[in-house]
Amino acid sequence: MPSTFDYTWDTPVYKGSTSFSTGLYIGGKFVDGSNKTTIDVINPSTGKVITKIAEGTPKDVDIAVAAAQKAYETVWGLNCPGNERGRLLNKLADLMDIHRDEYAAVEALDNGKTFNWAKNADLGLCIDTIRYYAGWADKIHGSTIETSEDKLNYTRHEPIGVVGQIIPWNFPLMMVCWKIGPALATGNAIVLKPSEFTPLTALLTAKLIDEAGFPPGVVNIVNGYGSTVGQAIAEHMHIEKVAFTGSTLVGRKVMEAAAKSNLKKVTLELGGKSPSIVFDDADLSVAVEWAAHGIYFNHGQTCCAGSRIFVHEKIYDTFLHKFTEKSKSLKVGDPFALDSFQGPQVSEIQFNRIMGYIDSGKQEGATLHMGGHRIGTEGYFISPTIFTDVRPEMRIVREEIFGPVGVIIKFKDDDDIIHQANDTVYGLAAALFTTNVKRAIKTAHALHAGTVWVNCSNTLYANVPFGGYKQSGIGRELGEYALSNYTNVKAIQINIA
Amino acid sequence: MAQPVEISITATGRKVTLPTGLFINNEFVPSVDSSDVIQCLNPATEEVICSVVAGSAADIDRAVAAARAAYNTTWGKNVGPVERARLINRLADLMERDRDVLAELESLNNGKPVRVARDFDIGDSIGCLRYYAGWADKITGQTIEVDNKTKLAFTRHDPIGVCGQIIPWNYPINMWAWKVAPALACGCTIVMKPSELTPLTALKLSELIVEAGFPAGVVNTVASLGSVGGAALAAHPDVDKVAFTGSTVTGRKIMEAAAKSNLKKVSLELGGKSPHLVFESADLEQAANWAALGILYNTGQDCTAGSRLFVQDTIYDKFISILVGKAKEMVVGNGFDEKVSGGPVVSKVQYDKVWSYIESGKQEGATLALGGQKRPGKGFFVDPTIFTDVRPDMKIVRDEIFGPVLSVAKFSTEEEAVKLANDTSYGLGAGLHSKDADQCMRVSSALEAGTVWVNQYNLLYNNVPFGGKKQSGIGRELGSYALDEYTSVKAVHWNFGEKLDWPF
Repeated sequence: MPSTFDYTWDTPVYKGSTSFSTGLYIGGKFVDGSNKTTIDVINPSTGKVITKIAEGTPKDVDIAVAAAQKAYETVWGLNCPGNERGRLLNKLADLMDIHRDEYAAVEALDNGKTFNWAKNADLGLCIDTIRYYAGWADKIHGSTIETSEDKLNYTRHEPIGVVGQIIPWNFPLMMVCWKIGPALATGNAIVLKPSEFTPLTALLTAKLIDEAGFPPGVVNIVNGYGSTVGQAIAEHMHIEKVAFTGSTLVGRKVMEAAAKSNLKKVTLELGGKSPSIVFDDADLSVAVEWAAHGIYFNHGQTCCAGSRIFVHEKIYDTFLHKFTEKSKSLKVGDPFALDSFQGPQVSEIQFNRIMGYIDSGKQEGATLHMGGHRIGTEGYFISPTIFTDVRPEMRIVREEIFGPVGVIIKFKDDDDIIHQANDTVYGLAAALFTTNVKRAIKTAHALHAGTVWVNCSNTLYANVPFGGYKQSGIGRELGEYALSNYTNVKAIQINIA
Repeated sequence: MAQPVEISITATGRKVTLPTGLFINNEFVPSVDSSDVIQCLNPATEEVICSVVAGSAADIDRAVAAARAAYNTTWGKNVGPVERARLINRLADLMERDRDVLAELESLNNGKPVRVARDFDIGDSIGCLRYYAGWADKITGQTIEVDNKTKLAFTRHDPIGVCGQIIPWNYPINMWAWKVAPALACGCTIVMKPSELTPLTALKLSELIVEAGFPAGVVNTVASLGSVGGAALAAHPDVDKVAFTGSTVTGRKIMEAAAKSNLKKVSLELGGKSPHLVFESADLEQAANWAALGILYNTGQDCTAGSRLFVQDTIYDKFISILVGKAKEMVVGNGFDEKVSGGPVVSKVQYDKVWSYIESGKQEGATLALGGQKRPGKGFFVDPTIFTDVRPDMKIVRDEIFGPVLSVAKFSTEEEAVKLANDTSYGLGAGLHSKDADQCMRVSSALEAGTVWVNQYNLLYNNVPFGGKKQSGIGRELGSYALDEYTSVKAVHWNFGEKLDWPF
């Protein structure tokens, strides 16, 4: 029998408690993993173990797929009409709303983001996403297509069947919602692997999915490691589609495994090294605020972080001064303190990785303009960090750091900046700051990025699509576009001649 | 006047407090210049339930002004889609909560059975609200490539604005939901004129509008005579769109008034004389069930009533005897009686109209296979009535009767059936029963109707569009199509690179 995670908070920002099973959620039940082993869940603020969760194995993936298959063939898929699927999703959103603050506290404890950010940023979009897709459930239209009067041709947008979903640790709950929303709205059954670093809000969600009344087997949560459970999902012969969000490195492996096994459909949402471009006619205070948000939001652990900050040479000094002031004002500390802006990085591995990049920056000759050090002696806190005087070939300029480390680069003119901004294998997002509409539109159209923000950065809505160009990914999430990831189009041609 | 009244529902012992004023700016108020009232009757007992304030043309002006003010300040483009969705969903939750009260009020004023009102009318209405709540944040325009170097072109699907909505008495709550839901989802504000025969549930629902949290002026309800309030809305210079469901005769007047005033957009859902075809391969038992439903549901007071039945000659006698048997099983009586599946017709005027058609049927020489006898006693009850041996020129075959009166004729070939079916100025619904798949496809393709039912009849879904061809209407309700009725497309051409030479 899996244990229950019980936790109580008595903090300046939140007083409350939570209680949910730490098992795998398969076929409507919380169970131990087949090997009866567990994974430690660490609190990144202290480095100490919070609890243990059941560890899933490839065998558990098989069991989950079988449960999903059964549910899909009997009580889910097109056996459950769209308006009923929508009703269940809305019920889940209602339950999530009731547990909103509790969710934020669990997320802050497990991931390290501050309670206030979790509550005010993450939770809003999470619940909006579920409600948005609830609204689509009875609106999955095909088309009737005219060819000639003796034929009736139409398409059906059918659910794919059993889909696998592998999600990361940077926005644990939000990633659950972005994945299950469109998949359930379109009638698919799910086997989802949360990150082994941050499984807790996914498990709380399993409890609410059960409470909402989704039939057993429709959503299955299998905790485990990427190399075991994630791999098993990517290569499973009876999973027809896999959706992965994470690093580009692992994304390649997922796609390879899919190709080698059953050619399952693949969507990937991967890394980025997104440019934030500050033109000389930008409103400087707007640019500073948003460029800071772009790199420091979520401690830089955002796939679309604006980690290369390009500043026109005319305003470079002024910008750097203001940006440094802004960066210094950000308070790093306990996620449950009233005034913390930034908590710890998610894990020791990530901490070491980021510190490794900071070292490489120094060694390759960049100027460490600010920060670059650990904060405190407990937990994985890193100071907001700025590098200047960089060269395009430096690792800190080319590679995704995934920490609160921004590089600031001068540019000369519009052609120069388009070239520099696009000079990356990534293409997830970009932000640009200017008060000239013509320049804004021309630049937005020229950037090779799936999302371009003009005079803002890192803002998302459930109904606006998100995804990457180039090596930042395949496919789009959010908006109506996500529905095509989870449907199979069948064309039916009826001869009535 | 305009004070709430307490209504006692004898059959269930329930007491309902009902507002009787005009609902403008989230308040119930008296008329600004008239002391007229509308008396609401219980068609099963012919007793007066209560009286409500009858709105005048000046009251319509006031309501339109309130709707316009709300559109410019708290609604329209000033409210986000997620908020619109939230409020519409909240309204649905409240209807769900008050389901039983609303069902009893509906039955009291309209006559339909309570359980039908609760499970079908109100159930479907709640579903309709939730369906359109889901659309609120999905109303997208297009971005369109014209010249990538210099231009950006895109469309916006703006709300149309202030909408006048005029609804009938046959499905008071359901027609209210069909109109209110898509209009609100798109960001429009509303002046609703419920039927003067059945305004009570619209007034009760107005209380829920307030409780759900809609800003004042977003939804306004003015009970009024069609010739007063309805005409005023159709002709109003500050109403951007009028949506009307009712008779074709009145629909023409609405469209005329719209054309003469400000060319407001018009959508109409009008009458029908829908054909129901039974081919020889049909499952006769099932076809008889659906055919009976088609003419007897809601006591035949349905715009898509399958009121002309055409039966293939090879199965005619057998089918008719099954059908008459089904019709005889229908229990018609007081809506609060659980055993009853059909109530009275809604009013004396309707009652007299239906009976005059029955008399004309007899006089023009049709054969009365069932019914034709008036009931003694109180209540506007009309029992199922079936005429056979009808000719296409008979009044009972050409005109919409809007009662439980069926005309039946024979056909021999599929071509003849289609020809007979399409021989009408209406085009709302049509049904066909056949096990021959190719025939189903051919005939459904050939029938001139906005909804064709194959091996069923009458049943609608909130996500499938509904509306008429020919003189049965203009525009579509339900489904994604209804959104077109409440949005106005603006194309924006944004030049960021082209310089114009002058003179050119």
